[in-house]
Amino acid sequence: MRPFEYARPQSEGEALDLLNDHDANTAILAGGTDLISLLQEDLQVPQRVVDIKNVDSMQAITADGTGVIVGALTTLEDIAEHPMLADYRSLLDVVDGTRSIQVQSMGTLGGDLCHLPNCWYFRNGYGLLGLEDGESLVASGDNRYHAVLGNQGPAKFVSASRFAPALIAWGAEVRVIGPEPTADEWLPLEQFFVTPKVQSQGISVLEPGQMISHVRLPDAQALVSSTYEVLQLEGLDWPLASAAATLDLDGGVVREARIVMGHVAPTPWTAHEAGQSLVGLPVDEETAGRAGEIAVAEATPLSGNAYKVQLARTAVKRALLGAVDKLEGAL
Amino acid sequence: MRDRDDQDRSGPGFSRRDFLRGSAAAATATAMATQGTEETAAANVKANVFAAAAQNVTLNVNGKDHTVKVEPRVTLLHVLRNDLNLTGCKEVDERSADGADTVMIDGKAVLAGSRLAIECEGKKILTVESLRSGEKVDEVISGFVKHDAMQCGFCTPGFVVATRVFLNKNPKASLAEIRKGLGGNICRCGTYQGITQCALELAKGGK
Repeated sequence: MRPFEYARPQSEGEALDLLNDHDANTAILAGGTDLISLLQEDLQVPQRVVDIKNVDSMQAITADGTGVIVGALTTLEDIAEHPMLADYRSLLDVVDGTRSIQVQSMGTLGGDLCHLPNCWYFRNGYGLLGLEDGESLVASGDNRYHAVLGNQGPAKFVSASRFAPALIAWGAEVRVIGPEPTADEWLPLEQFFVTPKVQSQGISVLEPGQMISHVRLPDAQALVSSTYEVLQLEGLDWPLASAAATLDLDGGVVREARIVMGHVAPTPWTAHEAGQSLVGLPVDEETAGRAGEIAVAEATPLSGNAYKVQLARTAVKRALLGAVDKLEGAL
Repeated sequence: MRDRDDQDRSGPGFSRRDFLRGSAAAATATAMATQGTEETAAANVKANVFAAAAQNVTLNVNGKDHTVKVEPRVTLLHVLRNDLNLTGCKEVDERSADGADTVMIDGKAVLAGSRLAIECEGKKILTVESLRSGEKVDEVISGFVKHDAMQCGFCTPGFVVATRVFLNKNPKASLAEIRKGLGGNICRCGTYQGITQCALELAKGGK
Protein backbone atom coordinates (compact mmCIF):
# COMPACT_ATOMS: atom_id res chain seq x y z
CA MET A 1 0.00 0.00 0.00
CA ARG A 2 1.20 3.49 -0.81
CA PRO A 3 1.01 6.17 1.86
CA PHE A 4 -2.19 8.18 2.11
CA GLU A 5 -3.84 10.62 4.47
CA TYR A 6 -6.69 9.27 6.53
CA ALA A 7 -9.83 11.29 7.28
CA ARG A 8 -12.69 10.56 9.63
CA PRO A 9 -15.61 12.92 8.83
CA GLN A 10 -18.67 13.08 11.08
CA SER A 11 -21.27 14.31 8.57
CA GLU A 12 -22.20 13.95 4.89
CA GLY A 13 -21.15 17.53 4.15
CA GLU A 14 -17.79 17.11 5.83
CA ALA A 15 -17.24 13.81 3.99
CA LEU A 16 -17.87 15.51 0.63
CA ASP A 17 -15.57 18.39 1.54
CA LEU A 18 -12.79 15.96 2.43
CA LEU A 19 -13.40 13.83 -0.67
CA ASN A 20 -12.98 16.80 -2.96
CA ASP A 21 -9.53 17.90 -1.79
CA HIS A 22 -6.50 16.74 -3.80
CA ASP A 23 -8.51 17.16 -7.05
CA ALA A 24 -10.81 14.43 -5.69
CA ASN A 25 -8.01 11.85 -5.88
CA THR A 26 -9.52 10.32 -2.78
CA ALA A 27 -11.15 7.02 -1.89
CA ILE A 28 -14.18 6.21 0.24
CA LEU A 29 -13.68 3.65 2.99
CA ALA A 30 -16.71 1.93 4.50
CA GLY A 31 -16.52 -1.81 5.31
CA GLY A 32 -13.13 -2.12 3.63
CA THR A 33 -13.80 -5.54 2.12
CA ASP A 34 -13.06 -4.18 -1.38
CA LEU A 35 -11.06 -0.97 -0.90
CA ILE A 36 -8.27 -2.38 1.25
CA SER A 37 -7.40 -5.02 -1.33
CA LEU A 38 -7.57 -2.43 -4.13
CA LEU A 39 -5.09 -0.32 -2.16
CA GLN A 40 -2.87 -3.30 -1.45
CA GLU A 41 -2.67 -4.12 -5.14
CA ASP A 42 -2.05 -0.45 -6.09
CA LEU A 43 -5.23 -0.57 -8.20
CA GLN A 44 -6.25 2.62 -6.45
CA VAL A 45 -3.65 5.12 -5.32
CA PRO A 46 -5.58 7.88 -3.54
CA GLN A 47 -3.92 10.75 -1.71
CA ARG A 48 -6.53 10.50 1.01
CA VAL A 49 -8.78 7.73 2.29
CA VAL A 50 -12.03 9.07 3.71
CA ASP A 51 -13.49 6.72 6.31
CA ILE A 52 -17.24 7.46 6.32
CA LYS A 53 -18.20 4.99 9.04
CA ASN A 54 -18.82 7.77 11.58
CA VAL A 55 -21.42 9.58 9.45
CA ASP A 56 -24.51 8.84 11.53
CA SER A 57 -27.08 9.95 8.94
CA MET A 58 -25.93 7.12 6.65
CA GLN A 59 -26.39 4.38 9.27
CA ALA A 60 -30.12 4.57 9.83
CA ILE A 61 -33.04 2.62 8.40
CA THR A 62 -36.23 4.71 8.44
CA ALA A 63 -39.75 4.47 7.05
CA ASP A 64 -41.49 7.52 5.60
CA GLY A 65 -44.96 6.13 4.85
CA THR A 66 -44.27 5.41 1.17
CA GLY A 67 -41.23 3.24 1.60
CA VAL A 68 -38.06 2.50 3.54
CA ILE A 69 -34.89 4.55 3.35
CA VAL A 70 -31.77 2.53 4.04
CA GLY A 71 -28.47 4.24 4.87
CA ALA A 72 -25.57 3.26 2.63
CA LEU A 73 -23.56 2.19 5.68
CA THR A 74 -26.13 -0.42 6.69
CA THR A 75 -24.28 -3.71 7.05
CA LEU A 76 -25.47 -7.03 5.66
CA GLU A 77 -26.12 -8.17 9.22
CA ASP A 78 -28.32 -5.10 9.86
CA ILE A 79 -30.29 -5.79 6.68
CA ALA A 80 -30.97 -9.37 7.78
CA GLU A 81 -32.13 -8.33 11.25
CA HIS A 82 -34.03 -5.09 10.76
CA PRO A 83 -37.83 -5.49 11.13
CA MET A 84 -38.53 -2.83 8.49
CA LEU A 85 -36.77 -4.97 5.87
CA ALA A 86 -38.37 -8.29 6.81
CA ASP A 87 -40.81 -8.14 3.87
CA TYR A 88 -38.06 -7.65 1.27
CA ARG A 89 -37.13 -11.30 1.10
CA SER A 90 -34.95 -11.01 -2.00
CA LEU A 91 -32.55 -8.85 0.04
CA LEU A 92 -32.47 -11.36 2.90
CA ASP A 93 -31.71 -14.13 0.39
CA VAL A 94 -28.59 -12.21 -0.65
CA VAL A 95 -27.36 -11.88 2.94
CA ASP A 96 -28.04 -15.57 3.48
CA GLY A 97 -25.98 -16.46 0.40
CA THR A 98 -22.95 -14.55 1.63
CA ARG A 99 -22.11 -17.28 4.15
CA SER A 100 -19.44 -15.36 6.02
CA ILE A 101 -20.13 -13.71 9.35
CA GLN A 102 -17.08 -11.52 8.74
CA VAL A 103 -18.40 -10.10 5.47
CA GLN A 104 -21.90 -9.85 6.93
CA SER A 105 -20.72 -7.69 9.81
CA MET A 106 -18.24 -5.59 7.79
CA GLY A 107 -19.84 -5.24 4.34
CA THR A 108 -22.20 -2.35 3.66
CA LEU A 109 -25.05 -1.83 1.21
CA GLY A 110 -23.38 1.18 -0.43
CA GLY A 111 -20.12 -0.72 -0.67
CA ASP A 112 -21.84 -3.60 -2.41
CA LEU A 113 -23.30 -1.25 -5.03
CA CYS A 114 -19.86 0.31 -5.62
CA HIS A 115 -17.88 -2.95 -5.46
CA LEU A 116 -15.50 -3.08 -8.39
CA PRO A 117 -15.54 -6.13 -10.65
CA ASN A 118 -13.77 -9.29 -9.61
CA CYS A 119 -12.55 -9.82 -13.19
CA TRP A 120 -9.04 -11.21 -12.80
CA TYR A 121 -7.67 -9.05 -15.61
CA PHE A 122 -8.88 -5.96 -13.76
CA ARG A 123 -7.55 -7.23 -10.43
CA ASN A 124 -4.17 -7.85 -12.04
CA GLY A 125 -3.80 -4.34 -13.37
CA TYR A 126 -5.18 -4.49 -16.93
CA GLY A 127 -8.01 -2.06 -16.22
CA LEU A 128 -11.76 -2.58 -16.22
CA LEU A 129 -11.70 -3.51 -19.90
CA GLY A 130 -8.79 -5.94 -19.54
CA LEU A 131 -6.80 -4.52 -22.43
CA GLU A 132 -3.22 -5.13 -23.47
CA ASP A 133 -1.93 -3.23 -26.51
CA GLY A 134 -5.55 -2.33 -27.25
CA GLU A 135 -6.60 -5.98 -27.48
CA SER A 136 -9.09 -7.57 -25.09
CA LEU A 137 -7.36 -10.12 -22.92
CA VAL A 138 -10.81 -11.31 -21.85
CA ALA A 139 -12.02 -12.25 -25.34
CA SER A 140 -8.93 -14.29 -26.14
CA GLY A 141 -8.15 -15.44 -22.61
CA ASP A 142 -9.77 -17.16 -19.66
CA ASN A 143 -13.29 -15.75 -19.56
CA ARG A 144 -15.08 -18.46 -17.65
CA TYR A 145 -16.52 -15.99 -15.13
CA HIS A 146 -17.19 -13.14 -17.55
CA ALA A 147 -20.28 -11.68 -19.19
CA VAL A 148 -22.73 -13.57 -21.36
CA LEU A 149 -25.00 -10.56 -21.96
CA GLY A 150 -24.16 -6.96 -22.84
CA ASN A 151 -20.64 -8.08 -23.72
CA GLN A 152 -20.44 -6.91 -27.34
CA GLY A 153 -18.55 -3.73 -26.43
CA PRO A 154 -15.11 -3.62 -24.88
CA ALA A 155 -16.41 -4.27 -21.32
CA LYS A 156 -16.71 -7.99 -20.65
CA PHE A 157 -16.51 -8.10 -16.84
CA VAL A 158 -19.58 -8.83 -14.74
CA SER A 159 -21.08 -6.43 -12.24
CA ALA A 160 -20.03 -7.58 -8.77
CA SER A 161 -23.01 -6.19 -6.86
CA ARG A 162 -25.04 -8.89 -5.15
CA PHE A 163 -27.81 -6.58 -3.93
CA ALA A 164 -28.38 -4.61 -7.13
CA PRO A 165 -30.55 -7.24 -8.91
CA ALA A 166 -32.89 -7.51 -5.91
CA LEU A 167 -32.98 -3.75 -5.36
CA ILE A 168 -33.69 -2.97 -9.02
CA ALA A 169 -36.42 -5.62 -9.10
CA TRP A 170 -37.96 -3.75 -6.16
CA GLY A 171 -37.73 -0.46 -8.07
CA ALA A 172 -35.21 1.02 -5.62
CA GLU A 173 -33.79 4.51 -5.96
CA VAL A 174 -30.38 5.68 -4.86
CA ARG A 175 -29.37 9.05 -3.42
CA VAL A 176 -26.16 10.39 -4.90
CA ILE A 177 -24.54 13.31 -3.07
CA GLY A 178 -21.72 15.65 -4.05
CA PRO A 179 -19.39 16.86 -5.34
CA GLU A 180 -20.68 20.15 -3.91
CA PRO A 181 -21.48 19.75 -0.20
CA THR A 182 -25.17 20.49 -0.77
CA ALA A 183 -25.70 18.59 -4.05
CA ASP A 184 -28.01 15.61 -3.84
CA GLU A 185 -30.08 13.70 -6.34
CA TRP A 186 -32.32 10.65 -6.24
CA LEU A 187 -32.18 8.42 -9.28
CA PRO A 188 -33.51 4.95 -10.12
CA LEU A 189 -30.84 2.41 -9.19
CA GLU A 190 -31.15 0.91 -12.66
CA GLN A 191 -29.75 4.17 -14.08
CA PHE A 192 -26.86 4.19 -11.61
CA PHE A 193 -24.85 1.49 -13.37
CA VAL A 194 -23.07 2.10 -16.67
CA THR A 195 -21.07 -0.08 -19.03
CA PRO A 196 -17.73 1.63 -19.64
CA LYS A 197 -16.71 2.12 -23.26
CA VAL A 198 -13.20 3.35 -22.52
CA GLN A 199 -10.69 2.32 -19.87
CA SER A 200 -11.04 5.56 -17.87
CA GLN A 201 -14.79 5.21 -17.30
CA GLY A 202 -16.14 3.66 -14.13
CA ILE A 203 -18.92 1.17 -13.49
CA SER A 204 -21.47 3.76 -12.38
CA VAL A 205 -22.54 7.37 -12.88
CA LEU A 206 -20.56 8.38 -9.78
CA GLU A 207 -18.01 11.10 -10.54
CA PRO A 208 -14.96 11.65 -8.36
CA GLY A 209 -16.04 13.34 -5.14
CA GLN A 210 -19.57 11.87 -5.22
CA MET A 211 -20.97 9.04 -3.15
CA ILE A 212 -24.11 7.07 -2.40
CA SER A 213 -25.72 8.10 0.88
CA HIS A 214 -29.02 6.21 0.92
CA VAL A 215 -31.11 3.67 -0.92
CA ARG A 216 -34.87 3.96 -1.00
CA LEU A 217 -37.22 0.99 -1.34
CA PRO A 218 -40.88 1.47 -2.24
CA ASP A 219 -43.42 0.09 0.23
CA ALA A 220 -43.38 -3.70 0.10
CA GLN A 221 -47.22 -3.83 0.12
CA ALA A 222 -48.21 -7.38 -0.72
CA LEU A 223 -45.45 -7.92 -3.28
CA VAL A 224 -43.36 -11.07 -3.03
CA SER A 225 -39.71 -11.45 -3.97
CA SER A 226 -36.77 -13.81 -4.03
CA THR A 227 -33.14 -13.96 -5.14
CA TYR A 228 -31.46 -17.11 -6.38
CA GLU A 229 -27.66 -17.14 -6.54
CA VAL A 230 -25.81 -19.97 -8.27
CA LEU A 231 -22.85 -20.62 -5.98
CA GLN A 232 -20.09 -23.05 -6.82
CA LEU A 233 -18.70 -23.44 -3.31
CA GLU A 234 -20.33 -23.96 0.05
CA GLY A 235 -18.40 -21.14 1.73
CA LEU A 236 -17.78 -17.49 0.90
CA ASP A 237 -17.83 -17.08 -2.86
CA TRP A 238 -19.15 -14.86 -5.61
CA PRO A 239 -22.19 -16.11 -7.52
CA LEU A 240 -21.57 -17.49 -11.01
CA ALA A 241 -24.97 -16.08 -11.93
CA SER A 242 -27.95 -14.80 -10.00
CA ALA A 243 -31.48 -13.60 -10.53
CA ALA A 244 -33.94 -11.62 -8.44
CA ALA A 245 -37.68 -11.43 -8.98
CA THR A 246 -40.33 -9.19 -7.48
CA LEU A 247 -43.92 -10.19 -8.22
CA ASP A 248 -47.24 -8.45 -7.92
CA LEU A 249 -49.79 -11.26 -7.71
CA ASP A 250 -53.58 -11.13 -7.96
CA GLY A 251 -55.07 -14.35 -6.64
CA GLY A 252 -52.05 -16.37 -7.72
CA VAL A 253 -51.91 -14.77 -11.17
CA VAL A 254 -49.10 -12.37 -12.09
CA ARG A 255 -50.11 -8.73 -12.49
CA GLU A 256 -46.54 -7.52 -12.85
CA ALA A 257 -43.18 -9.29 -12.68
CA ARG A 258 -39.78 -7.66 -12.51
CA ILE A 259 -36.78 -9.91 -13.11
CA VAL A 260 -33.16 -8.77 -12.88
CA MET A 261 -30.09 -10.95 -13.37
CA GLY A 262 -26.72 -10.42 -11.71
CA HIS A 263 -23.16 -11.48 -12.55
CA VAL A 264 -24.06 -12.08 -16.21
CA ALA A 265 -23.31 -8.64 -17.70
CA PRO A 266 -21.23 -5.51 -16.92
CA THR A 267 -24.34 -4.09 -15.22
CA PRO A 268 -27.28 -5.73 -13.47
CA TRP A 269 -29.42 -7.02 -16.36
CA THR A 270 -33.15 -6.48 -16.38
CA ALA A 271 -35.13 -9.13 -18.27
CA HIS A 272 -38.17 -7.05 -19.33
CA GLU A 273 -39.62 -9.57 -21.80
CA ALA A 274 -39.23 -12.45 -19.39
CA GLY A 275 -41.22 -10.46 -16.84
CA GLN A 276 -43.92 -9.63 -19.38
CA SER A 277 -44.24 -13.28 -20.39
CA LEU A 278 -45.67 -14.04 -16.96
CA VAL A 279 -48.42 -11.42 -16.92
CA GLY A 280 -51.82 -13.06 -16.52
CA LEU A 281 -50.33 -16.44 -15.67
CA PRO A 282 -49.61 -18.30 -12.46
CA VAL A 283 -45.95 -18.91 -11.57
CA ASP A 284 -45.18 -22.60 -11.89
CA GLU A 285 -42.36 -24.75 -13.24
CA GLU A 286 -43.55 -24.31 -16.79
CA THR A 287 -44.10 -20.53 -16.83
CA ALA A 288 -40.99 -19.86 -14.73
CA GLY A 289 -38.91 -22.11 -16.98
CA ARG A 290 -40.17 -20.26 -20.05
CA ALA A 291 -39.33 -16.90 -18.46
CA GLY A 292 -35.81 -18.23 -17.89
CA GLU A 293 -35.53 -19.16 -21.57
CA ILE A 294 -36.65 -15.70 -22.61
CA ALA A 295 -34.28 -14.00 -20.17
CA VAL A 296 -31.21 -15.56 -21.81
CA ALA A 297 -32.46 -15.67 -25.41
CA GLU A 298 -30.13 -12.83 -26.44
CA ALA A 299 -27.06 -14.23 -24.69
CA THR A 300 -23.75 -14.07 -26.55
CA PRO A 301 -21.38 -16.22 -24.50
CA LEU A 302 -17.62 -15.84 -24.88
CA SER A 303 -15.26 -18.70 -25.72
CA GLY A 304 -15.29 -20.25 -22.25
CA ASN A 305 -18.53 -19.33 -20.51
CA ALA A 306 -21.44 -20.85 -22.43
CA TYR A 307 -22.29 -22.77 -19.26
CA LYS A 308 -23.30 -19.50 -17.62
CA VAL A 309 -26.27 -19.16 -19.98
CA GLN A 310 -27.76 -22.31 -18.50
CA LEU A 311 -26.98 -21.07 -14.96
CA ALA A 312 -28.67 -17.72 -15.60
CA ARG A 313 -31.73 -19.42 -17.09
CA THR A 314 -32.04 -21.66 -14.07
CA ALA A 315 -31.44 -18.77 -11.66
CA VAL A 316 -34.38 -16.88 -13.20
CA LYS A 317 -36.61 -19.93 -12.95
CA ARG A 318 -35.66 -20.61 -9.35
CA ALA A 319 -35.97 -16.97 -8.27
CA LEU A 320 -39.52 -16.95 -9.64
CA LEU A 321 -40.43 -20.23 -7.98
CA GLY A 322 -38.78 -19.06 -4.76
CA ALA A 323 -40.89 -15.91 -4.73
CA VAL A 324 -44.08 -18.02 -4.70
CA ASP A 325 -42.63 -20.64 -2.31
CA LYS A 326 -42.56 -23.38 -4.92
CA LEU A 327 -38.79 -23.85 -5.03
CA GLU A 328 -38.72 -26.84 -2.71
CA GLY A 329 -38.39 -29.97 -4.81
CA ALA A 330 -38.34 -28.06 -8.12
CA LEU A 331 -35.58 -28.67 -10.66
CA MET B 1 4.97 -7.42 5.67
CA ARG B 2 4.67 -5.39 2.53
CA ASP B 3 3.62 -2.27 4.40
CA ARG B 4 6.81 -2.26 6.39
CA ASP B 5 9.11 -3.20 3.55
CA ASP B 6 8.17 -0.19 1.50
CA GLN B 7 7.75 2.21 4.38
CA ASP B 8 10.56 4.40 3.14
CA ARG B 9 8.87 4.90 -0.20
CA SER B 10 8.20 8.62 -0.54
CA GLY B 11 4.52 9.37 -0.16
CA PRO B 12 2.34 12.22 -1.35
CA GLY B 13 2.67 14.09 1.96
CA PHE B 14 1.75 17.72 1.51
CA SER B 15 1.50 19.09 -2.00
CA ARG B 16 2.79 22.59 -2.62
CA ARG B 17 -0.75 23.73 -3.33
CA ASP B 18 -2.09 22.42 -0.04
CA PHE B 19 0.78 24.08 1.75
CA LEU B 20 0.09 27.48 0.17
CA ARG B 21 -3.65 27.21 0.77
CA GLY B 22 -3.06 26.32 4.40
CA SER B 23 -0.43 29.02 4.93
CA ALA B 24 -2.96 31.74 4.25
CA ALA B 25 -5.41 30.28 6.74
CA ALA B 26 -2.74 30.01 9.37
CA ALA B 27 -1.44 33.53 8.82
CA THR B 28 -3.61 35.02 11.56
CA ALA B 29 -2.50 32.46 14.06
CA THR B 30 1.12 33.09 13.19
CA ALA B 31 0.68 36.82 13.69
CA MET B 32 -0.69 36.26 17.17
CA ALA B 33 1.92 33.86 18.36
CA THR B 34 5.30 33.16 16.86
CA GLN B 35 5.40 29.53 15.80
CA GLY B 36 7.91 27.25 14.17
CA THR B 37 7.42 26.30 10.50
CA GLU B 38 6.55 22.75 11.46
CA GLU B 39 3.77 23.81 13.80
CA THR B 40 2.33 26.15 11.18
CA ALA B 41 2.18 23.30 8.66
CA ALA B 42 0.45 21.11 11.23
CA ALA B 43 -2.21 23.76 11.82
CA ASN B 44 -3.09 23.67 8.09
CA VAL B 45 -4.60 20.22 8.25
CA LYS B 46 -8.38 20.14 8.33
CA ALA B 47 -10.11 18.73 11.36
CA ASN B 48 -10.49 14.94 11.36
CA VAL B 49 -7.65 14.52 8.83
CA PHE B 50 -4.55 12.54 9.74
CA ALA B 51 -1.35 12.97 7.75
CA ALA B 52 0.16 10.10 5.78
CA ALA B 53 3.17 10.02 8.08
CA ALA B 54 3.67 7.67 11.01
CA GLN B 55 1.81 8.86 14.08
CA ASN B 56 0.58 7.62 17.42
CA VAL B 57 -2.43 5.33 17.23
CA THR B 58 -3.96 3.98 20.43
CA LEU B 59 -5.68 0.63 20.23
CA ASN B 60 -7.56 -1.19 22.96
CA VAL B 61 -6.49 -4.80 22.49
CA ASN B 62 -7.50 -7.60 24.86
CA GLY B 63 -8.55 -5.06 27.48
CA LYS B 64 -5.40 -2.93 27.43
CA ASP B 65 -4.56 0.30 25.62
CA HIS B 66 -1.49 0.13 23.41
CA THR B 67 -0.02 3.14 21.61
CA VAL B 68 1.95 2.39 18.45
CA LYS B 69 3.50 4.73 15.91
CA VAL B 70 2.26 3.73 12.47
CA GLU B 71 1.18 5.27 9.17
CA PRO B 72 -2.53 5.29 8.29
CA ARG B 73 -1.90 2.68 5.59
CA VAL B 74 -0.86 0.00 8.10
CA THR B 75 -3.52 -2.63 8.70
CA LEU B 76 -4.71 -3.81 12.09
CA LEU B 77 -3.36 -7.26 11.22
CA HIS B 78 0.17 -5.88 10.82
CA VAL B 79 0.02 -3.90 14.06
CA LEU B 80 -1.23 -6.92 15.99
CA ARG B 81 1.45 -9.19 14.59
CA ASN B 82 4.43 -6.85 14.19
CA ASP B 83 4.02 -4.29 16.97
CA LEU B 84 2.03 -6.09 19.64
CA ASN B 85 3.46 -9.55 19.07
CA LEU B 86 -0.03 -11.06 18.93
CA THR B 87 0.68 -13.56 16.20
CA GLY B 88 -2.48 -15.63 16.54
CA CYS B 89 -4.19 -13.93 13.62
CA LYS B 90 -2.53 -14.89 10.36
CA GLU B 91 -1.92 -13.33 7.00
CA VAL B 92 -2.74 -15.86 4.33
CA ASP B 93 -3.68 -13.77 1.32
CA GLU B 94 -4.00 -10.04 0.93
CA ARG B 95 -7.62 -10.17 -0.14
CA SER B 96 -8.60 -11.64 3.24
CA ALA B 97 -10.69 -14.29 1.56
CA ASP B 98 -9.68 -16.98 4.01
CA GLY B 99 -10.69 -15.74 7.48
CA ALA B 100 -7.34 -16.59 9.11
CA ASP B 101 -7.07 -12.95 10.23
CA THR B 102 -10.40 -12.94 12.08
CA VAL B 103 -10.50 -10.91 15.31
CA MET B 104 -13.38 -9.58 17.40
CA ILE B 105 -14.10 -5.87 17.25
CA ASP B 106 -16.90 -4.70 19.53
CA GLY B 107 -18.15 -8.28 19.56
CA LYS B 108 -18.25 -8.73 15.77
CA ALA B 109 -16.06 -10.99 13.67
CA VAL B 110 -13.82 -8.74 11.59
CA LEU B 111 -10.97 -9.43 9.18
CA ALA B 112 -7.96 -7.62 10.66
CA GLY B 113 -6.25 -7.55 7.26
CA SER B 114 -9.15 -5.54 5.83
CA ARG B 115 -9.10 -2.87 8.55
CA LEU B 116 -6.62 -0.06 8.89
CA ALA B 117 -5.19 0.16 12.40
CA ILE B 118 -6.14 3.83 12.61
CA GLU B 119 -9.78 2.91 11.84
CA CYS B 120 -9.91 0.85 15.01
CA GLU B 121 -9.15 3.61 17.53
CA GLY B 122 -11.77 3.64 20.26
CA LYS B 123 -12.91 0.07 19.52
CA LYS B 124 -12.59 -2.95 21.75
CA ILE B 125 -10.39 -5.43 19.91
CA LEU B 126 -10.11 -9.03 21.09
CA THR B 127 -7.72 -11.50 19.49
CA VAL B 128 -7.56 -15.26 19.85
CA GLU B 129 -5.03 -14.71 22.64
CA SER B 130 -7.85 -13.27 24.76
CA LEU B 131 -9.55 -16.69 24.83
CA ARG B 132 -6.94 -18.02 27.23
CA SER B 133 -5.97 -16.74 30.64
CA GLY B 134 -3.46 -18.82 32.54
CA GLU B 135 -4.65 -22.42 32.62
CA LYS B 136 -8.20 -21.46 31.71
CA VAL B 137 -9.04 -21.74 28.02
CA ASP B 138 -12.26 -20.98 26.18
CA GLU B 139 -14.41 -24.04 25.54
CA VAL B 140 -14.09 -23.46 21.78
CA ILE B 141 -10.35 -24.06 22.08
CA SER B 142 -10.77 -27.19 24.22
CA GLY B 143 -13.48 -28.31 21.79
CA PHE B 144 -11.07 -27.96 18.85
CA VAL B 145 -8.57 -30.12 20.71
CA LYS B 146 -11.19 -32.73 21.63
CA HIS B 147 -12.52 -33.00 18.06
CA ASP B 148 -9.09 -32.93 16.44
CA ALA B 149 -10.15 -29.86 14.49
CA MET B 150 -6.72 -28.89 13.17
CA GLN B 151 -3.88 -30.20 11.11
CA CYS B 152 -1.28 -27.64 10.13
CA GLY B 153 -2.98 -25.18 12.49
CA PHE B 154 -2.49 -22.07 10.39
CA CYS B 155 -6.20 -21.34 9.92
CA THR B 156 -7.08 -22.48 13.44
CA PRO B 157 -6.90 -19.18 15.41
CA GLY B 158 -9.15 -17.44 12.85
CA PHE B 159 -11.54 -20.38 12.94
CA VAL B 160 -11.60 -20.34 16.75
CA VAL B 161 -12.46 -16.63 16.87
CA ALA B 162 -15.12 -16.99 14.16
CA THR B 163 -16.62 -19.99 15.99
CA ARG B 164 -16.66 -18.04 19.27
CA VAL B 165 -18.45 -15.05 17.68
CA PHE B 166 -20.85 -17.29 15.78
CA LEU B 167 -21.82 -19.25 18.89
CA ASN B 168 -22.20 -16.08 20.96
CA LYS B 169 -24.84 -14.97 18.51
CA ASN B 170 -26.31 -18.38 17.63
CA PRO B 171 -25.97 -20.41 20.85
CA LYS B 172 -28.34 -23.14 19.61
CA ALA B 173 -27.30 -23.33 15.97
CA SER B 174 -28.01 -26.38 13.81
CA LEU B 175 -25.35 -28.13 11.74
CA ALA B 176 -26.59 -26.41 8.58
CA GLU B 177 -26.44 -23.01 10.26
CA ILE B 178 -22.94 -23.72 11.54
CA ARG B 179 -21.69 -24.68 8.09
CA LYS B 180 -23.15 -21.53 6.63
CA GLY B 181 -22.00 -19.29 9.47
CA LEU B 182 -18.40 -20.46 9.31
CA GLY B 183 -18.26 -20.25 5.50
CA GLY B 184 -15.92 -17.27 5.69
CA ASN B 185 -13.06 -19.40 7.00
CA ILE B 186 -11.06 -21.76 4.86
CA CYS B 187 -8.97 -24.73 5.98
CA ARG B 188 -6.71 -26.11 3.26
CA CYS B 189 -6.15 -29.27 5.29
CA GLY B 190 -9.90 -29.88 5.28
CA THR B 191 -10.56 -30.25 9.00
CA TYR B 192 -14.11 -28.97 8.62
CA GLN B 193 -15.63 -32.13 10.09
CA GLY B 194 -13.88 -31.63 13.44
CA ILE B 195 -14.63 -27.91 13.50
CA THR B 196 -18.34 -28.30 12.80
CA GLN B 197 -18.59 -31.16 15.30
CA CYS B 198 -16.97 -28.98 17.95
CA ALA B 199 -19.38 -26.12 17.23
CA LEU B 200 -22.35 -28.49 17.14
CA GLU B 201 -21.46 -30.03 20.49
CA LEU B 202 -21.20 -26.59 22.10
CA ALA B 203 -24.48 -25.53 20.48
CA LYS B 204 -26.22 -28.66 21.75
CA GLY B 205 -24.88 -27.97 25.21
CA GLY B 206 -26.70 -24.66 24.90
CA LYS B 207 -23.59 -22.82 26.04
